[in-house]
Amino acid sequence: MNGMQFLQHALTGISVGGCYALIAIGYTLVYGILRLINFAHGDIFMIAGYFMIFSFAVLPFPIAIIVTLVLTTLLGIGIEKVAYSPLRNAPRMSVMISAIGVSYLLQNLATYLFTAIPQPYPEIPGLKLRIEIGNISTSFVTLITPIITILIVVGLLYLVNKTKMGMAMRAVSRDYEAASLMGIKLNQTISFTFAIGSLLAAVGSILYFTDRSTVFPYSGSLPGLKCFVAAVFGGIGSIPGALLGGFFIGICETIIKAIGLSTFSDAFTFIVLIVMLLIKPTGLFGEKNIDKV
Amino acid sequence: MLKVNNLKVNFGGIEAVKGISFEVKEGEIVTLIGSNGAGKSTTLRTISGIVKPVDGSIEFEGTDITKINSSDIVKMGITLCPEGRRVFPDMTVLENIKIGAFLRSDDLSNDIERCYRLFPILKERNKQLAGTLSGGEQQMLAVARSLMSRPKIMMLDEPSLGLAPLVVQDIFKIIQEINDEGVTILLIEQNANMALRIADKAYVLETGKITMEGSGKELLENESIKEAYLGKKK
Ligand SMILES: Nc1ncnc2c1ncn2[C@@H]1O[C@H](COP(=O)(O)OP(=O)(O)OP(=O)(O)O)[C@@H](O)[C@H]1O
Ligand SMILES: [Mg+2]
Repeated sequence: MNGMQFLQHALTGISVGGCYALIAIGYTLVYGILRLINFAHGDIFMIAGYFMIFSFAVLPFPIAIIVTLVLTTLLGIGIEKVAYSPLRNAPRMSVMISAIGVSYLLQNLATYLFTAIPQPYPEIPGLKLRIEIGNISTSFVTLITPIITILIVVGLLYLVNKTKMGMAMRAVSRDYEAASLMGIKLNQTISFTFAIGSLLAAVGSILYFTDRSTVFPYSGSLPGLKCFVAAVFGGIGSIPGALLGGFFIGICETIIKAIGLSTFSDAFTFIVLIVMLLIKPTGLFGEKNIDKV
Repeated sequence: MLKVNNLKVNFGGIEAVKGISFEVKEGEIVTLIGSNGAGKSTTLRTISGIVKPVDGSIEFEGTDITKINSSDIVKMGITLCPEGRRVFPDMTVLENIKIGAFLRSDDLSNDIERCYRLFPILKERNKQLAGTLSGGEQQMLAVARSLMSRPKIMMLDEPSLGLAPLVVQDIFKIIQEINDEGVTILLIEQNANMALRIADKAYVLETGKITMEGSGKELLENESIKEAYLGKKK
């Protein structure tokens, strides 16, 4: 592999990584606030793909994008209300099982409604434009994905660290009861967190599927797992961690494919998970524990 | 101001509070003393709307607040400074102070100054993470945070827990200062001696029931209280 080829693959990797990062943030946010690994998150991402296919068929593309973002956000909020919020005082394992149930439900529902045949993902005008920079040839979506990702993360960090809603999210993720005593509404804050996570999954889904061209009922499961690994790698609960984890997994995976080890690339992700759990279970930026009792 | 009538609270099969009634009048310092597991914290958490009672009612300024959620209760002017301080360890001191005013959208600078005046140490430490404060400093921060909601009544759950005697005196002095500024106080204490000294009215809670009531002074002089809570032999 010469320098140019390497750059080419690195660019692809950064782009895939950007999509992963957007999804990984959803895992991290929900984990932060509910201590729940939302197994349905990858499937929300997949359903967002179908939302786009169907809204694009009947609406002009800018509106179809908005409809997709809104519907996915509502789906995330709805899942939390129906499947997780009634279990607020139940053991964490019950909520986890509920999440796995929702994951299968979404996959089976998608199979039932849309069949298992991959559906073509619409081409959003402009996104697939070829761009040549020197000897590197790439598409517009590949270039803008990491930029969009970083802008979103900057916005999100501002939201979490500087706004009142962000303050509520941080308080709730630390201590439900103390947060309630401040007048913070738990359910509202948790819904908001799911809304953000799902919205980012929808953005990730548009960028990801535009590059892949098809959606089928299981297209969320493997990316979902990889993004979960990305979140663990970066330190679950940490937004910058999820960003870094997403980029890391995306770049490594692309380079492994490029050097001819395609069959090994998915296994690599899980090796990363195991190694990380063995050497530093809290991930790169895992929660510092400074509680004083 | 605050009236609790026949309040009963259960956890699963355990009756933590078995029908207690008491009243807090505006401007007073009222204390609830009792040994471990008597149901003191449960009573305060129920008033705050964190726990729902199975029976009885809570009235605040003439309104029944038994079924109101915790957020609206804070809005009405009731605040609870919880047992064990419960500051947010990964937020700074200043953020902790500000989050106490979560439901307010007016200017906070005067209130922040007031907290710094009451607790000068918090001003020095305002950029430090709350988790790195000492126990006494955390308690001061918890009191400051509760004040930020501009409460009419402030409930304090064992503010002296685990603090050195000198710090305990400071905290009690400040509780009296806050009371002088017009905030009604409902105080829970294991440190019965100190609490009874500053209380206008006191109730003794034993395994979920009120067994005695009177002015702070009366209970201080009561023989059985002396024996059970003040560690003095007859
Ligand atoms: N969440 C809960 N689940 C089950 N039982 C509880 C719960 N909270 C309190 N209890 C029980 O209710 C009783 C009263 O507890 P509470 O915390 O009100 O006591 P307390 O008077 O504040 O004691 P302490 O002085 O030790 O803080 C105890 O027997 C306790 O075990
Ligand atoms: Mg207690």
